[in-house]
Amino acid sequence: MKLPVKMTINGQSYSHEVEPRLLLVHYIRETVGLTGTHVGCDTSQCGACTILMDGQAVKSCTFFAVQTDGANIMTIEGLAKDGELHPIQQGFWEKHGLQCGFCTPGMIMSVYQMLERYPKPSEELIRHQLEGNLCRCTGYHNIVKAIEWAAEHMPAKK
Amino acid sequence: MYPAAFEYHAPGSVKEALGLLGKHKDDAKLLAGGHSLIPMMKLRLAQPKHLIDLRKVPGLSGIKQDGNVLSIGAMTTHWQVESSALVKSKLAVMSEVAGLIGDPAVRNRGTVGGSIAHADPAADWPAAMIALGAEMVCEGAKGRRTVKVDDWLKGLMSTAVGEDEILVEIRVPVLPASSGAAYLKFPHPASRFAVVGVAAAVTLDGKGMCAKASVGVTGAGTKAVRAKGVEAGCAGKKLDAAAIEAAASKAAEGVDVQADLQGSVEYKSHLCRVFAKRALTEAVKRAGG
Ligand SMILES: Cc1cc2nc3c(=O)[nH]c(=O)nc-3n(C[C@H](O)[C@H](O)[C@H](O)COP(=O)(O)OP(=O)(O)OC[C@H]3O[C@@H](n4cnc5c(N)ncnc54)[C@H](O)[C@@H]3O)c2cc1C
Ligand code: FES
Ligand code: FES
Repeated sequence: MKLPVKMTINGQSYSHEVEPRLLLVHYIRETVGLTGTHVGCDTSQCGACTILMDGQAVKSCTFFAVQTDGANIMTIEGLAKDGELHPIQQGFWEKHGLQCGFCTPGMIMSVYQMLERYPKPSEELIRHQLEGNLCRCTGYHNIVKAIEWAAEHMPAKK
Repeated sequence: MYPAAFEYHAPGSVKEALGLLGKHKDDAKLLAGGHSLIPMMKLRLAQPKHLIDLRKVPGLSGIKQDGNVLSIGAMTTHWQVESSALVKSKLAVMSEVAGLIGDPAVRNRGTVGGSIAHADPAADWPAAMIALGAEMVCEGAKGRRTVKVDDWLKGLMSTAVGEDEILVEIRVPVLPASSGAAYLKFPHPASRFAVVGVAAAVTLDGKGMCAKASVGVTGAGTKAVRAKGVEAGCAGKKLDAAAIEAAASKAAEGVDVQADLQGSVEYKSHLCRVFAKRALTEAVKRAGG
């Protein structure tokens, strides 16, 4: 039996009828059509599917769409404003924080939460906070540098 | 990646949830943070016909002080514990344990109650609950009952919670004066689950001798266990490096150590001893010894 779901994604509201077993990541990618959020594993370990739900980083592959109703979601597509990259995205550009780019959307959404919680993170804290995001290409070194760059360039909090 | 089809319920009270459990029995599973159950459903290791989501049930989430006890609602997330000012001031080791679980996204969703009810053999909370002497409160149609942690873990992913019950609260006593506690683990590199983890809580008497040591070991066997040999080895002793080493040498005794992809029986037994020593050393230091 299909159930109604309603949520806001990147400021736009969506409502659909979905099967309860539909994972949030498939709802976002296939029903809504936002394919920036990736699926990188079957075991909830890689973090490629990370999105923000009500401000918290969540693995959207480990969540059913029916669990969200009313939630406020942000995906990688919601970061850049008027064609201008968010400082975290810019950091990955400046410091070459990606190679194939598959892990990048999830990385960036995790970093968004990290910098909200810890605006001036040490390298050790960055590495600890990134434990849920696996990258097969970079060896993480430039990702850490990208995050340090972003931390320095984030707009001051009001 | 696609779980088998199921019917979804989001009851608004414990009573309603218990009613659904009673009605659908074996076909039903409770859903808390979903960070153990949904991965199993994706791999079709679990195929419940009815999923009873507890997220709308009021009163199951949050941390309160109740006399000498921290009362943790079953639906409290690992992140809520990790970031709680109350936990940091009353029982900081709990916040440290929470901060070592999985990764930030797992901690945002996974719940203390879900972890204790699921009883994964490599989960962190069971070892900590053993060391801290926690009690679990279950609610069923006939009311509530309390189960001591030593009676809680029955076997591989099996606990004392009845099929017709819901774990609603975890009660953790605050440590007495001159006490220290620590949890240290050897994490799996991808999941961060404990290959081996040891939690130790130590209370010293007026002369600096060990009045009580309480030690839980997780990861190595089919369930977390109390390391009775280590506890006996500590009792009444001045816990200097030599005494800790001698006590920790018993850490794998009574553990049904399992060989798996992470290591042989010998290797994991060794990790039990090494981590018991480190956890005890840190706990004694924190106790002021
Ligand atoms: C990538 C990854 C890494 C992880 N790393 C770690 C780690 O390092 N250490 C660690 O300890 N854990 C780890 N976990 C597991 C995580 O902590 C889970 O959140 C936890 O084990 C289960 O909690 P949950 O709320 O997600 O429960 P769920 O998955 O919702 O439920 C688990 C089981 O418990 C039952 N249940 C849930 N709540 C109740 C209740 N109140 N009463 C009765 N039964 C109930 C459910 O029916 C189900 O059978 C990891 C998980 C993932 C996905
Ligand atoms: S797809 Fe790998 S964690 Fe979600
Ligand atoms: S850049 Fe290729 S996986 Fe990270």
